[in-house]
Amino acid sequence: MKKISKTTRSNLITYALVIVAFVVVQSLVAGGQVSSSLKGQLIPICVYICMAVSLNLTVGILGELSLGHAGFMSVGAFTGVIVAISLQGLPGPVRLLLAIVIGGATAAVAGVIVGVPVLRLQGDYLAIVTLAFGEIIKNLLNNIYVGVDSHGLHFSATDTASLGLDNGIVLINGPMGAVGIEKLSTFVAGFLLILFVLTVTLNLIRSRSGRAIMAVRDNRIAAESVGINITKYKLMAFVTSAAMAGMSGALYALNYSSVLPKKFDFNTSILVLVFVVLGGMGNIRGSIIAATVLTILPEALRAVNDYRMLLYAIVLILVMLVTNNPILKNGWNLIKEKLAFWRRKTPETAEKGVGADE
Amino acid sequence: MNLLLNLINGISLGSIYAIIALGYTMVYGIAKMLNFAHGDVIMVGAYICFCTVSYLSLPPAAGILLAMLVCTVLGIVIERLAYKPLRSAPSLAVLITAIGVSYFLQNAALLIWKSDPKVFTSVVDGWPGLTLFGGQLRISAVTIVTILANIVIMIALTLFTGKTKMGKAMRAVSEDKGAAQLMGINVNSTISLTFAIGSGLAAIAGVLLCSAYPTLMPTTGSMPGIKAFTAAVLGGIGSIPGAMLGGILLGVIEIFAKAYISTQLSDAIVFAVLIVVLLIKPTGLLGKKINEKV
Repeated sequence: MKKISKTTRSNLITYALVIVAFVVVQSLVAGGQVSSSLKGQLIPICVYICMAVSLNLTVGILGELSLGHAGFMSVGAFTGVIVAISLQGLPGPVRLLLAIVIGGATAAVAGVIVGVPVLRLQGDYLAIVTLAFGEIIKNLLNNIYVGVDSHGLHFSATDTASLGLDNGIVLINGPMGAVGIEKLSTFVAGFLLILFVLTVTLNLIRSRSGRAIMAVRDNRIAAESVGINITKYKLMAFVTSAAMAGMSGALYALNYSSVLPKKFDFNTSILVLVFVVLGGMGNIRGSIIAATVLTILPEALRAVNDYRMLLYAIVLILVMLVTNNPILKNGWNLIKEKLAFWRRKTPETAEKGVGADE
Repeated sequence: MNLLLNLINGISLGSIYAIIALGYTMVYGIAKMLNFAHGDVIMVGAYICFCTVSYLSLPPAAGILLAMLVCTVLGIVIERLAYKPLRSAPSLAVLITAIGVSYFLQNAALLIWKSDPKVFTSVVDGWPGLTLFGGQLRISAVTIVTILANIVIMIALTLFTGKTKMGKAMRAVSEDKGAAQLMGINVNSTISLTFAIGSGLAAIAGVLLCSAYPTLMPTTGSMPGIKAFTAAVLGGIGSIPGAMLGGILLGVIEIFAKAYISTQLSDAIVFAVLIVVLLIKPTGLLGKKINEKV
């Protein structure tokens, strides 16, 4: 019998986790055991999971801090709305699919435009430029007006009146955001998107390109000296990540009746970054769990309504302090070693350093 | 004449950014961390000043002093409780903690002062402005005070870091923490001092900001915080003159963009300038070039 490698096993656990969680939640919803507030959270949870996994590709695997991930999400969201609403004739799921695909493609284009100049910079400078791009995208979206009528799409940068609509509908109304959206997103679609994002990310990490990306992260100069094209692999990870953020953005926007550009600001980027860091950098399964728990947490704290965001902040600080405490860290490693000692049958040293899930 | 007025307003706004940016840049220089909670310290400072003047009916000077005192203590406490245990942790962990502190301050302010906007009375309320060229050019008192405050702070800080023992210790720690410690410098107290100075300056910036733009809310500090952070990076993060230059440039660009290009797109223009500058000079205008060793 062929032995399953450690990374494959880890990946299978991740898939299984998502599928089991989906089946459990779906059956609970069918049984009517899920509160309506939690039901409303299901699609956002899917969106944030996809966002966290995609950002993890940039932050954890590529090793570059991005503070403007919500910008790509907003590009996908607004394109998705335009696609879904202007294609009235088609059935809902087809429009949703097209919205997600085209939203992702547009975000990928934005990713290339942002990535080419940005990825030349390093460290905190790169972080601030991604922040700046996120703010620019938000600012531009605040000033875009899009409408549709029988002649096709109309664009304007001043106001709705100058769209010159002939009995059509306004899709994007500047600072009011995308209006009159049909709720096309479903939990099943969210689940399928998570599976798609997971497949892309996990396969990319395990591919030749993924190893090159991680080599760039671990030591840029060493990677360059063995002939790895730094720009190419950086861009590959960054654009893939942007595309997946765009797809989640489309799913997100089509879950509401209207979406403001303000929704995709710095705070949203940070929120997703918190998921990634708390879940563990480069750890895809960790991102999924962190995104789920931290999206539910503020809802679960509704009982102490006034204090919930305060508690959220305190939990965040405490988790960071505890997980980075050197004494606790050493203790945890000791326990891990002990466990490994009892479990070990064959030496697994050959696997060390290969998996990103470590 | 309009051009001159816009320029002066730009320098005034830029002065506020510069004072905030000093806090970012000093903390970055010494602790190598992006202190995202800095913007919220500004907001706390403004609220303290507001409360002293409006509720306790004390003179504005007392409000400013109290705000500085509270913010200084707040800065030290934040550093001790949240950042000090993470000295050896990866920088992203510290960043997330800073964001946690930022959320904490905003939500604590929301609980204490509620979400309705407060109208901040200018600390120089009733002071006459300056009228030049037979009434063609009117400069408000706030504008003048802000620019003067910035100049005073700049000179004081330059003297402090250049001449005093503590200032030299600060520069030494930011240069090389280990070597500084070997020379007998108390690294921990130096870092605390940096946070104290940065937060005290944030209080002044908060008061000046709200005197010029009198709406005070728990989120008041976040956008100026981000802008000032941008300014610090524009000037070269870690460099004190860089923060000054970056702040003033950013303010002038923002006011000019608002006046001559588009009010709605001014933020986009400001950030676009930052990107262009960083592409040409990747470590900011006055930043040190770091040579990479293999």
